[in-house]
Amino acid sequence: MSYIYYPGCSLKSTGRAYEDSLLAVFEALDIPLQELEDWNCCGATAYMSISELKAFALSARNFALAERQNGENDFAEMVVPCAACYLGLNKAHRYLAEHPELRETIDRALEAGGLKYNDKIHVRHPLDVLINDLTPDKITGLVKRPLEGLKVACYYGCQLVRPYSDFDDQHDPQTMDKIVKMLGGEVVNWPLKTRCCGGSLTGIVQDVGLRLSYILLAEARKRGCDLIVTACPLCQFNLECYQSRISGIYGHKIKIPVIYFTQLMGHAFGLSDEMLGLKRVFVSPARAFSKAEGGQHVHG
Amino acid sequence: MNKWQGWRKIRYESDLDPQFVNEIASIPGGEKLYSCIQCGTCSGMCPISPYMDYTPRQIIAMIRAGFKGEVLSSYTTWLCASCYSCTVECPKDIKLTDIMYAAKRLAIREKVYPKRFPTPVLASEFFKAVENYGRSTESWLLVNLFMKTNPFKIFKQMGLGLRLFSQGRLSPKRESIKRRGELKSILKVLEKEHMVKSKDELVSTGKEIA
Repeated sequence: MSYIYYPGCSLKSTGRAYEDSLLAVFEALDIPLQELEDWNCCGATAYMSISELKAFALSARNFALAERQNGENDFAEMVVPCAACYLGLNKAHRYLAEHPELRETIDRALEAGGLKYNDKIHVRHPLDVLINDLTPDKITGLVKRPLEGLKVACYYGCQLVRPYSDFDDQHDPQTMDKIVKMLGGEVVNWPLKTRCCGGSLTGIVQDVGLRLSYILLAEARKRGCDLIVTACPLCQFNLECYQSRISGIYGHKIKIPVIYFTQLMGHAFGLSDEMLGLKRVFVSPARAFSKAEGGQHVHG
Repeated sequence: MNKWQGWRKIRYESDLDPQFVNEIASIPGGEKLYSCIQCGTCSGMCPISPYMDYTPRQIIAMIRAGFKGEVLSSYTTWLCASCYSCTVECPKDIKLTDIMYAAKRLAIREKVYPKRFPTPVLASEFFKAVENYGRSTESWLLVNLFMKTNPFKIFKQMGLGLRLFSQGRLSPKRESIKRRGELKSILKVLEKEHMVKSKDELVSTGKEIA
């Protein structure tokens, strides 16, 4: 099966390490990803606040392009790593199927651009692909550096599992937990795994946003985690880049590496830090990794 | 609004807008709004409700009662981070997150949103960038946001920005799609159409509910 890769704006900028590591891991697993040609913004949260119709039209253009790129094949499997893009595209996918009046309007708009959407799209998250399209031995077979003794908190955030996705449980999702266990790591019981990190508020309305991120970090630390893994560029950014500011404001020193689950996979597969974007971090996971290797390996 | 309404706290029935609930309910699936039982599950689930001026449950009650001005100018809708907890948990299947979006869009259209509050400004700047280029460029988005809200904040964020820049995570290069014309012609069709119908639109399409 071939997949069409939809990166979204963040994976080309603050979330570059996510793209680096995703491509490296999928290549190691021998799953071809083909980037969607001339993709545009998914119509994310901020856009939807101004015009929902246009947000749906943006998603629909991506669908139409993906179908075209997929050619005569059956359904185009669109792999969308960013949680916000995943939600935006999934929402549009659902609404266009369920509301004929809206569909008619959007079809009319697409036609003006010479495009057509034929409902032959599946919106997929990489976690969904890894768990449901592969047999577990494909992942375990590649593990060269098992994460023994590493305590990992899996952070799914909000938009990945709510409300339109159906590949995982909305209250207690498990796909990332399963992957960490396949890599040999230990999953910390951390009930906040789908609580909101503050989203765009963390950067711009800090009185509110930083506290939301702080709640997550403090609880993860209390539960003894060595590392947090996430599947969303905004969650990763909020939880990692503001740690020193959060420590200052709340008088509670917090320093926990926050990396993408794909970076953790790549590390376990023995891929280099450069390939995985592990040089693009604020809090280095080197100490956590060396713990998994019994303190023998000196990293980075 | 009359001058003295600025400080008057009491609202009389004649001040309310009975069509407001119909405007909000005009979004797809919006009619569920009429079945709210005021249980408060939404407010209980919402991680941000302690910081809001009105909780999500109150917002729904106010929409139904017709407190249009209060709802559209509140901070609540602009604090909603769209985490969809309320939408998932609502026992009556009310899509609260979509209702928050509908209120945001009406507030922007009627220009009653809190003016220097960063979230509506961020949304507008994001919207403009995507209309023009098809993609958002995070560096420009942030610069424009600070210029329009509080330019001095740029200095506070400078250290973080430089660090991201040195890691290749922030670049001044403008991101853009190739076929901007194609996107423009798609969006142009939707220029005059809205998913949230205003009072006049409701009347003209015969969807007015008394």
